[in-house]
Amino acid sequence: MTASTPQKVILSAQDVAIYYGTKDAVRHVNLDVVSNTVNALIGPSGCGKTTFLRAINRMHDVTPNTRVTGKILLEGEDIYAADQDPVTIRRRIGMVFQKPNPFPTMSIYDNVASGLKLAGVRDRKILDGIVEQSLRQAALWEEVKDRLKTPATGLSGGQQQRLCIARALAVQPEILLMDEPTSALDPQSTARIEDLLGELKKDVTILIVTHNMQQAARVSDTTSFFLIGDLVEHGPTDQIFTNPKDKRTEGYITGRFG
Amino acid sequence: MSMAGQLDLSGTRSQILRRQSSRKASNIFAGVVISICTLIVLIPLFAIFYYLISKGISSINLEFFTQSFKPIGETGGGMLHAIVGTLEMVGLASVIGVLLGVSGGIFLAEYREHKLVPWISLVSDVLSGIPAIVMGLVVYAMIVLTSKHYSGLAGALALGFLMVPIVVRTTEEVLKLVPSTIREAGLALGLPKWKVTLSVILPAATSGIVTGVMLAVARVSGEAAPLIFTAFGNNNFNADPRDPMAAMPLSIYQYAISPFPEWHRLANAGALVLIIMVFSATLIARVATRQRK
Repeated sequence: MTASTPQKVILSAQDVAIYYGTKDAVRHVNLDVVSNTVNALIGPSGCGKTTFLRAINRMHDVTPNTRVTGKILLEGEDIYAADQDPVTIRRRIGMVFQKPNPFPTMSIYDNVASGLKLAGVRDRKILDGIVEQSLRQAALWEEVKDRLKTPATGLSGGQQQRLCIARALAVQPEILLMDEPTSALDPQSTARIEDLLGELKKDVTILIVTHNMQQAARVSDTTSFFLIGDLVEHGPTDQIFTNPKDKRTEGYITGRFG
Repeated sequence: MSMAGQLDLSGTRSQILRRQSSRKASNIFAGVVISICTLIVLIPLFAIFYYLISKGISSINLEFFTQSFKPIGETGGGMLHAIVGTLEMVGLASVIGVLLGVSGGIFLAEYREHKLVPWISLVSDVLSGIPAIVMGLVVYAMIVLTSKHYSGLAGALALGFLMVPIVVRTTEEVLKLVPSTIREAGLALGLPKWKVTLSVILPAATSGIVTGVMLAVARVSGEAAPLIFTAFGNNNFNADPRDPMAAMPLSIYQYAISPFPEWHRLANAGALVLIIMVFSATLIARVATRQRK
C-alpha cells in the first residue's frame, strides 16, 4: 500500500447481512475500505462475495425477496438510510459486470456518453472531453478513436469490457465495483485490465471480486476472504497471502480446497 | 438386486449397432414426413396467390387506383375509396394499438413484481380471444350509439382494440429476451429505471416490437366484421374519418357477393392489392428497423 496520501475510510460495512428470502447468503460482514486502493474479494463459488458487492450499490433493490441488514457507510452516510435514493448511490458507486454488457443499439461513443447523456448533459464539448478521457483511462482510446460512431457490439470481448469500464468511469464515480471483470476474457485482455487498475486507483476506489487468487495477489492492496457467507479474514494482500491468521484462509490460498 | 461383478457386454454392442441403423432409417422417414407436411401447408398459400393473380391481375390498372365505386351499368370504377379508407383506419388503429400495446407490454415485462401484472396479463389474453365482430359491437355501443353517427374513427378504434393484445404479447416477449445484464448496466450507471427502459431496453427490442406490430397490422387489415357497424362502408370517396368510410375487406365482400362478373374481378383484384399492401408494409418496416441497428 502506498502511504503517500493520508488514509481515509471511504466505505465501511457494519454488521452487513444479506438474505435471499429466509436464507442468509452473507452474515455479519464488517469491512473498512480505504480510498484510492484496490480491494480484492476472494473465496470459492457461492461464498457470498458477489452478493456482498452488489449490496454496495444497492443492486439488490431490483431483485425481489432480497433483504440487506446492517449499515453500509459511504463517507459516513448509510446508503440504506430511508432518505437515500438508490439512483444517486449508483451514480457515486459504479459497477462493471462479469460479462461485458455494452448497450447493444449504441455506438462506442454513445455507450461511454450514455450515463451523462441520459442524465441530461447536452454540451457536446463536455461530452467529447469526458468520452475521450474515460476511454483513455480504460486504455481503449487508441484502439477506437477512429471508429467512435461504429456499433459497440463490433468490438472484441476484451475491448467491450474496457468499454464498460470507460462507461462506468464517465459518470465520475467515487467507487468502482468490479464483479469478476476478467473471468470471460482471454489472458491478454485480462492482463490489460489488471494493468489498468493500478492507474485507476488514483481516481477511484476499487473493489474487485475475483475467482483467481493470483489475480488478487497481483492487483490488490487489501484482500478479503469470504467463505460460505462469512468474511473470514481481511487485511493487506501481502499479509493474507504470506501469513494468513485464519486456518481456513491458509487452506484456501494454499489450494487445499476451493 | 443385481449380481455384483463383470457384466457381459458382448451382446449389448451388436444390439447398439443394430439400433443405430434403424435410427438412421427413422431419421430419414421423419425427415420425409416433415417435408411433405410443410409442402401441404404451403399449398393453400400458393393456391390463394395463383387464384388471385389469375382472376384479379387483369383488373389491376390505373383506373383501379384512381377511381372509386361506380354503380353497375357504368363501366370502369376502382377501389381508391377503399384503399384510402383502409390506409387511414389501419393507420389510426396502429396509433392506438402501438401506444396502448407497447405500454402494456413494457408494464408486463419490466414491472413483473407489480400486483396488477397477473390481472393485466389475464385481461390481455381474454381480449385476444374476443371475436372481431364482438369488438365491433362494443365500439358500436360505445361510440356509434352515443354519437349517432357511423365513422372511420369508430372503425379505427375497433381495429385498434383488436391490435392491442397482439402488440402487448409480442412486446412483452421481446423485452423479456433483452438480457437482464443490460438492465443492470443501465441501473448501475445511476439511471432511473424508466430511463433505462425507454432509452436502453426499448431500442434493443425495436425490431421485435415492429414485427409484432406488423403482425397486428396484417391481422386487422383484413378484418371486415368489426367495421360493418362502425365504419359502415361508403361507396363514395371519403377521406374524413369523422364520416362513414370504405375499407378494402368491406368492398371486397360487397363486390364478391354481387351477381356481376365485372365486380367479381374487382373483388379479386382488391384481395390481391390488400395482400400486396400488407406484405410491402411488413417489408418496409423490416428494412427500416434493420438499418437502425
